[in-house]
Amino acid sequence: MKKPYEKPVIFKLKTGFMNKFGGGSYFLKKVRSEIEGISVDELVKEFGSPLFVFSERKLRQKFRELKNAFTLRYPNVEFSWSYKTNYLDAICAILHDEGETAEVVSEFEYEKARRLGVPGNKIIYNGPYKPLDSLRVAVREGARINVDHFEEIADLEQVADELGAKPRIGIRLNMDTGIQPQWSRFGFNLESGQAIDAVKRIAAGGKLELVGLHCHIGTFILEPRAYEQEVKKMVEFAYRIEEEFGFKIEYLDIGGGFPSKNRLRGIYLPPDVAVPSVDEFAEGVCNALLSSLRPGDYPKLILESGRAIVDEAGYLITTVHAAKRMPNGRKAYVVDAGVNILFTAFWYHFNVELDREVNGPAEPCILYGPLCMNIDVVDDMVQLPPLPRGTRLILSPVGAYNVTQWMQFIRYRPNVVLIGENGEVELIREAEDLSDIVRRERLPERLELKWKD
Amino acid sequence: MGKLQKLAMSDEGFIFDPETGSSFTVNQTGLFILKLLKEGKSQEEVVEALTEEFDVSREEAARDLIDFLEQLRLNGLLREEKSV
Repeated sequence: MKKPYEKPVIFKLKTGFMNKFGGGSYFLKKVRSEIEGISVDELVKEFGSPLFVFSERKLRQKFRELKNAFTLRYPNVEFSWSYKTNYLDAICAILHDEGETAEVVSEFEYEKARRLGVPGNKIIYNGPYKPLDSLRVAVREGARINVDHFEEIADLEQVADELGAKPRIGIRLNMDTGIQPQWSRFGFNLESGQAIDAVKRIAAGGKLELVGLHCHIGTFILEPRAYEQEVKKMVEFAYRIEEEFGFKIEYLDIGGGFPSKNRLRGIYLPPDVAVPSVDEFAEGVCNALLSSLRPGDYPKLILESGRAIVDEAGYLITTVHAAKRMPNGRKAYVVDAGVNILFTAFWYHFNVELDREVNGPAEPCILYGPLCMNIDVVDDMVQLPPLPRGTRLILSPVGAYNVTQWMQFIRYRPNVVLIGENGEVELIREAEDLSDIVRRERLPERLELKWKD
Repeated sequence: MGKLQKLAMSDEGFIFDPETGSSFTVNQTGLFILKLLKEGKSQEEVVEALTEEFDVSREEAARDLIDFLEQLRLNGLLREEKSV
């Protein structure tokens, strides 16, 4: 009987240094042989590798946590699905089924939501670039439009004239909420007086009805107090414009930016410690709201949460293709998923799990993607035991921003599957092939190659 | 005498390099290989021995031996000129 094999390794012992990657081997060897009860091996056999896998159960659960946290604390809340974090039809359909409206930031996202069956009046249209044609459609279909700049006020007045209607709109604000970076490029600045100028401009035009305020203070915000500040300033501003201009603000859209349990690069604390719970955000927001609003006044609170709902519902299965030893001694692996499909690798250190037990001590490793590009680094520091070729890694959370910001670059984009609540595995986006890429190309006849095979 | 011959090795995988004062730790497979190399065995012989002792294919053992020798070299435990 031969002994079980473990790949040979040697480590230099260093004394006198703190081990900042402490925590021991308990965390270093994480095994996940299945996702929602479906074996990783079978998923790959049927759908290939790399493979994005979404869990419907997790998606609904994350949404309900958010919904409960806010609706238990405030009587009038609307949740709007941030399309840009993940606009796959199946994902959007689940969240619309849960009652979310659609928050879109381009005519493309608007059209995608409409095509899916979302009525215009269930769409919030945000963003700094709204082509005039799309504003016409949005006004006609009764979408909520949050204005980003003075030119857009003029555009909307033109649409109002054309349609003979008085569009009900919101304006986007930006403000100091005590955090850095302060997002000042979207909307009208509150502290400088620009926001009140925008209201004056709207009132002077007389063609638009201001009914909402929108703000979005940043992304991956780890500080609930920033939202308290945001809410207080929005309520104060809403009452000011009601008094001075007679516009009754019906909704306060506080945007999103809530974090997921992902580990941001540069943050050493594990996400379970660093990321506040959704209840802490809800507590801060709703308390600030209730303590600033007049008694009996409950304008609609709108939340545009994306990442906090979908990120943890997404996994990426990837396969070890080769092992390398760097000149500095660092171990590296080439895996079949790269930054072309994993945009958020630039922001996070993912949770990396193995599909099987692998014997041997963990050492710091680099995960390189398959692209012949120096930037293709999935993780530059992950503790892994010596992995045989063919080992599958399960990366998470990857549900937000990847299947929207991914690009067709060097390789095809892979399959995306959804595991339903009853364990059904359904393909929700088919892997690309050459025909997807060349479909829109046109080769002038004079350039056609005359080579013979 | 080669560098490897001077290393002190314990059966638990603790390695001491008296020239530099550095110490190392190796796993069972690593120790198995180091002992053979110390005895002056060739790469082919080491691969052969690995496949006899452990449940591993010749290809994987050969690939891993290349990586292990690289680790030894990077840790200064193989003389550049001395090929094993």
